[in-house]
Amino acid sequence: MSARPLRLFVADDEPPARSRLRELLEDLRAECPAEVVGEAGNGLEVLDRLPESGAEVLLLDINMPGLSGLEVARHLSGLENGPAIVFVTAHDAHAVEAFELNALDYLLKPVRAARLAAALRKARHTGAPLPASLERAQAGPRTHFSIVERNRIHLVPVAGVLYFKAELKYVTLRARDREHLIEESLVSLEKEFATHFIRIHRNCLVARAAISGFERAAGGAEDEAHWEVLLEGVPDRLPVSRRQWSEVRDILGQRGRG
Amino acid sequence: MSIKQNAYSDGLPDFRNLGVIARILVAVNLAAIGAACYAEPGWARGMARFADDAAFIEPALLASIVALYLISPALVSMRYLLANVVVVAVVLCIVAGMSYLPQSLSAPDERQLARRLVFSAAISLALLGYLRLRAKAFSPALTEARLQALQARIRPHFLFNSLNAVLSLIRRDPKRAELALEDLADLFRVLMSDGRKFVRLADEIALLERYASIEQLRLGERLRVVWEIDNAPQDALLPPLVLQPLLENAVYHGVEPGTEAGEVLVRIEGRAERVFVRMVNPIHPGSTHRPGNHMALDNLRERLMLFFDAEAKVSTREADGRYQVDIEFPQITAKPAGQVETR
Repeated sequence: MSARPLRLFVADDEPPARSRLRELLEDLRAECPAEVVGEAGNGLEVLDRLPESGAEVLLLDINMPGLSGLEVARHLSGLENGPAIVFVTAHDAHAVEAFELNALDYLLKPVRAARLAAALRKARHTGAPLPASLERAQAGPRTHFSIVERNRIHLVPVAGVLYFKAELKYVTLRARDREHLIEESLVSLEKEFATHFIRIHRNCLVARAAISGFERAAGGAEDEAHWEVLLEGVPDRLPVSRRQWSEVRDILGQRGRG
Repeated sequence: MSIKQNAYSDGLPDFRNLGVIARILVAVNLAAIGAACYAEPGWARGMARFADDAAFIEPALLASIVALYLISPALVSMRYLLANVVVVAVVLCIVAGMSYLPQSLSAPDERQLARRLVFSAAISLALLGYLRLRAKAFSPALTEARLQALQARIRPHFLFNSLNAVLSLIRRDPKRAELALEDLADLFRVLMSDGRKFVRLADEIALLERYASIEQLRLGERLRVVWEIDNAPQDALLPPLVLQPLLENAVYHGVEPGTEAGEVLVRIEGRAERVFVRMVNPIHPGSTHRPGNHMALDNLRERLMLFFDAEAKVSTREADGRYQVDIEFPQITAKPAGQVETR
């Protein structure tokens, strides 16, 4: 093992848990030299601080306020030189099962020094976890989308997204204040957020909550007449394809009754 | 589990239960031996008669058991009385039908058929009655087992995180670590105690404070507990672990999911011979914590019912981003005779 200390980031919402990990790392100094380059008490702080800390390994608590550990890991996987991640949990049978299925490394609290050392040695070699493993390990949909810009992770809450539109190679995420390009497919987005977004066109998913109404658009020279979705708060109008219209209309009908 | 309990609550035996089937087999054969010995003078001749009878009885008995096993789901959905009539009718049809099967050694005469039918009806009714009484006799045990199960609940999440917090204290602040372990020990002593005994409100409040101090250790300044307990009737009696789960819920759902400090209000007071408890915590709509609130509350409601019957109330309210639980129960200071030990 190289003499250079491993650069570690410790994320846990409970201060005693963080200091316990620091103590253990101190105990392991001879065997497994490491240096804590950053700490965070919730998921948002991790995403904010980790990229510039240069950490190689992240000790990540699962049960954190703001963003769960698993979701934090998924957003970090967008980083170019993302850290290796060792999950830490007190007790979460579902998470542990998911980790084992997807070969993600985890520690159980209270953490033993020997286990910690083994996990760090392993993490150094395996590197960042695969996005697909993280995706499978997380039980529900994400609460945020992330866009990595120059080694910064920018988060957009799912509730703040109006629609996704596929154009050529990219998918555009339209939030109220601006647009972002993301590298995800409409199909996978539709699958993950089925309750939140509805497909209105081959190339477009709209947030159900953002729909304020529909309007019939007159057909142009080549175009047939079709319906358009009107959105709350922004002037954008989105065409509804003939194939999706009946499904979209049902949503409107349900709202009208409710 | 609950479906089954409801379905059989009125005493109809579960014809798919091995114990029930075994009881039916044994009882019918004993009755047949008894009848044979009664009909013939002397034990040896009685047994010979039973051996003859068995050629008919056993197939009919097995056929009845199979038939009841098959129609058991339908029986469950019927009213108790109707279900009993159906059971007897099925048994009689099988007995009558088998009496006329060609392979019977001899065609039965009318007297023999009548005897068989009367015997079958009598044994069926007797068994139904016996199994009903037996089910009734066992239900208190069931209740007690449920009570114990309800009580043996603590979030593993809390246990392991607390142990972890204590471990972190041992080097830095050994005194504080000792206190924390003592608090944990007290908490677990109550958690593992006999849940059927009343405790004093003062003890329950002490437990709340121990619990809060452990949580404080873990969560630090994120947890603020406001105590309004000066008017709590210290001597009032209540079932154990009524208040602690409420505070645990308040912390788990109201403080842990938040990145900012969260305030939990604990108010306990006595008014007009009744005890009023209120706990209020912030709500976190996007919380990743699994919903366990309702289960804990149902559990609490059930336990208060067991102790105070209809005199206890549990209600919840959500308003202005806060979640509020109110419970009230009669202020009893002397243990009601008989109730403490038996319930």
